[in-house]
Amino acid sequence: MTVELRHKPLTAKDFKGKVDPDWCPGCGDFALLRATQMTVAKLGLQPHEIVCVSGIGCSSNFPGFFGSYGMHTLHGRALAVATGVKMANQNLTILVTGGDGDGYGIGGNHFTHTARRNVDLTYLVMNNQIYGLTTGQVSPSSSVGMKTKSTPFGNVERPVNPITSAIMNGATYVARGFSGNIKQLRTLIEGAINHPGFAVIDVFSPCVTFNRDNTYAFFRGRVVPLEKEGHDPGDWKSACERAMEWGDRIYTGLFFQDPTVAPLHALEPILDDAPPVCQVPEPLTATQADRIIQRMM
Amino acid sequence: MNQGFDFSIAIGGAAGQGIATPGNILARTFVRRGLHLYAYNAYQSIIRGGHIFLTMRVSDREVLSHGDQLDLLLCLNQDTMTRHLRHLGPGACAIYNSDTITPGEVADGVQLCGMPIFEMTGDRKNKLAQNTAALGVMVHLLGLDFEILEAALELQFGRKGEAVVSSNVRVARAAYDYSHERFTPLPVPLPHNEEPLAVWTGNEALAMGGAAAGVKFYCAYPMSPSTGVLHWMAKNARELGIMVRQVEDEIGVANMAIGAAHTGVRAMCATSGGGFALMTEAIGSAAMMEIPLVFINVMRAGPSTGVPTKTEQGDLWQALGASQGDFERFIVAPESAEDAFHTIGEVFNLADRYQCPAIVLSDLLISEGTFSVPPQSLDMYPPIERGKLIRDAERNGTNGTYNRYLDTEDGISPRAVPGTPGFVHVVATDEHDEEGILISDEFTDPHKRRQMVEKRARKLSDALTRIPPPEIEGVEDAEVTLVGWGSTWGVIREAMEQIEARGVAVNRIAVKWILPFHADAMSGLLAAAKKILIVENNHSGQFARFLRGETGFSAHGHIRKYDGEPFMPHHIADGVLAHLAGEVPGGVFVPEQEIRV
Repeated sequence: MTVELRHKPLTAKDFKGKVDPDWCPGCGDFALLRATQMTVAKLGLQPHEIVCVSGIGCSSNFPGFFGSYGMHTLHGRALAVATGVKMANQNLTILVTGGDGDGYGIGGNHFTHTARRNVDLTYLVMNNQIYGLTTGQVSPSSSVGMKTKSTPFGNVERPVNPITSAIMNGATYVARGFSGNIKQLRTLIEGAINHPGFAVIDVFSPCVTFNRDNTYAFFRGRVVPLEKEGHDPGDWKSACERAMEWGDRIYTGLFFQDPTVAPLHALEPILDDAPPVCQVPEPLTATQADRIIQRMM
Repeated sequence: MNQGFDFSIAIGGAAGQGIATPGNILARTFVRRGLHLYAYNAYQSIIRGGHIFLTMRVSDREVLSHGDQLDLLLCLNQDTMTRHLRHLGPGACAIYNSDTITPGEVADGVQLCGMPIFEMTGDRKNKLAQNTAALGVMVHLLGLDFEILEAALELQFGRKGEAVVSSNVRVARAAYDYSHERFTPLPVPLPHNEEPLAVWTGNEALAMGGAAAGVKFYCAYPMSPSTGVLHWMAKNARELGIMVRQVEDEIGVANMAIGAAHTGVRAMCATSGGGFALMTEAIGSAAMMEIPLVFINVMRAGPSTGVPTKTEQGDLWQALGASQGDFERFIVAPESAEDAFHTIGEVFNLADRYQCPAIVLSDLLISEGTFSVPPQSLDMYPPIERGKLIRDAERNGTNGTYNRYLDTEDGISPRAVPGTPGFVHVVATDEHDEEGILISDEFTDPHKRRQMVEKRARKLSDALTRIPPPEIEGVEDAEVTLVGWGSTWGVIREAMEQIEARGVAVNRIAVKWILPFHADAMSGLLAAAKKILIVENNHSGQFARFLRGETGFSAHGHIRKYDGEPFMPHHIADGVLAHLAGEVPGGVFVPEQEIRV
């Protein structure tokens, strides 16, 4: 008996994009790109089975550096586009990549509703707490007091809390990573891709050019992996309490997971044991057409 | 003028008084007799109260507007009686509940048909009894057998149970008998044509056009007057296998539809002007990523929230200028509900062939109007042409050689969808090269930028050969040439009959395809015209400006209406006569809307 392998096993290298990243040397985004490439290779995914969707920003250039199908869409709109892709072809694995401004600022509305719908997406937010591509303005996740080009006397607005926001809005896999810990990132990404629902990983991804406050050194001295704390990801209250801590201890790891909530495409009756709508022949059947006309008579 | 049967019924009342039910029953009754119907509902953005006025024109030949006259007025409240009784002329009838409504001054020859509802029904509590009773009176006045109404009531109320059906039939019968004893039926009874017709709204036509064209993904945010498309799609989604989603806002709608369309499914979305404004950035992104899909804008009176329940052709320039940048798109303004149905299939084929966004401009008049349509005229299996689409999952890979934006001779590149082995690529809203690699940042290259702009533009270079050019309709060598676009198609046709009856030779050019525009063909037609009058449902003459830009021709005069109500045929006829008499200072004739609403 011969076994025909449809695809050869791939490595992280096979998920390199057509061009190398043009991020600043030392940018936190490199680590996430590397961790993602290693994880999809480990999971045995093929490039054509993945769509990587992004918005606009430094981190949204990710799909160009990643060797799968990709969509580099409008600022803030990646989750809306990705939902359309998933609902039209539920067989695809979809990664959504972007930054804090893209996801929590201009795209905030879609963040809320994608979480509520529990769309089966893996959302990787490279959170650098600054607008980098526009050369350093305050972001929705910038800390109070932070001086930027648009807040030269210090930011007075309180930052969004991506973790509690995601949990409260209904995301079913909510985690935080740090570019300084690729091993943990790989574990979190693997869990997110395997999770059937909306998985959010907020990643501290330092901007080495414009954010002098939230540096690698800042995080290295503070991050505490939840997996070492005996945290139960099924306990949303504990997850929220730990997510609210921001001082000497800042938790990373899997805050919350609820695998019992069905993802949106599984709730859609037309997809029950059916191919994706993008693969259904376009013309109406005679029965369908006749019924439409009969109802008009 | 119409030589045959041509008759208008109006039902007026407050929101919540149940105008829709008698309206639906009458509409079904008429089309089943093979009669043509054009219904326009003047309503308010209110769930209870206000004033609603439904006009239904019925004829034994095709009707293309809600007409000029009223023959039968049903007043569900005093307000309707006070506003509209004076619009009735000799031979017309007013039906009303004489327990609660008092007629005012009335013209000679108008028959007042008061219904003493309590005496007829013995019921003071059922506020809807007057509606059913009015149907009984109407059916008698129209010379129909009661059995027709009985069957219609059974169909309408069957779902609510036998008790509801029988109580309605009892009330209707009492009213029918009462009318039979006291009122004079109309001189010509309602005719009966051989072939029954179907009935639909313009929004249903747009949705059905999508379904027939193979739309399997529809998403929207509710917005009047486009919501009927969403309702039809949602109701039929499971039976037709269409993925229907209500989204958080129109920005999300447009982007979600783009994501879906990228997988190869035919995706469509509809909104009105405000929602369309939110969609515009995404429309440009579809052009840049070369993803085909159809955006419908059902225009209402603006700007801003404007007049949500009133019609206008005010978004032409919004469609022309939708999204930043310089890119090719299709814009089409259907002429009628039936035309809208066919247009959706046509424009999907164009969008797919040329891999670009298409915009359909409907308006409240078409979308929310109720019309008869011959069912055999509806091609439920229109040609579906997907262009250079690659979605064969079994196809051999070409990794490394596939370029999504390959600079081909016709500018159109083979388009692979995600999930297809061997065609992995990235589409981008940033400018990119043939491979899809961004050239907007460190790789900036003016030669590549120019190449890509020209490639996208070149795609549509032969598009005009697939779009019919505008034509002259009517007599050659006419004294006046009327030019209109979109939904004024029907009312202008009917106005032409009135104009000819008043001794003026008239023809017209109806424009449906806005972009790309048949500028040469249009210039030829305009060069031969003696006096060009442009008719449009807006204040500034958006089409007149567009036409001048495309052809260099300025019209000799204009007929415009921007009070929220659609044109009636005599408005246009009056405008033409006023122009010919030199009585239009400033060159813009604006008809006065008689208070029929």
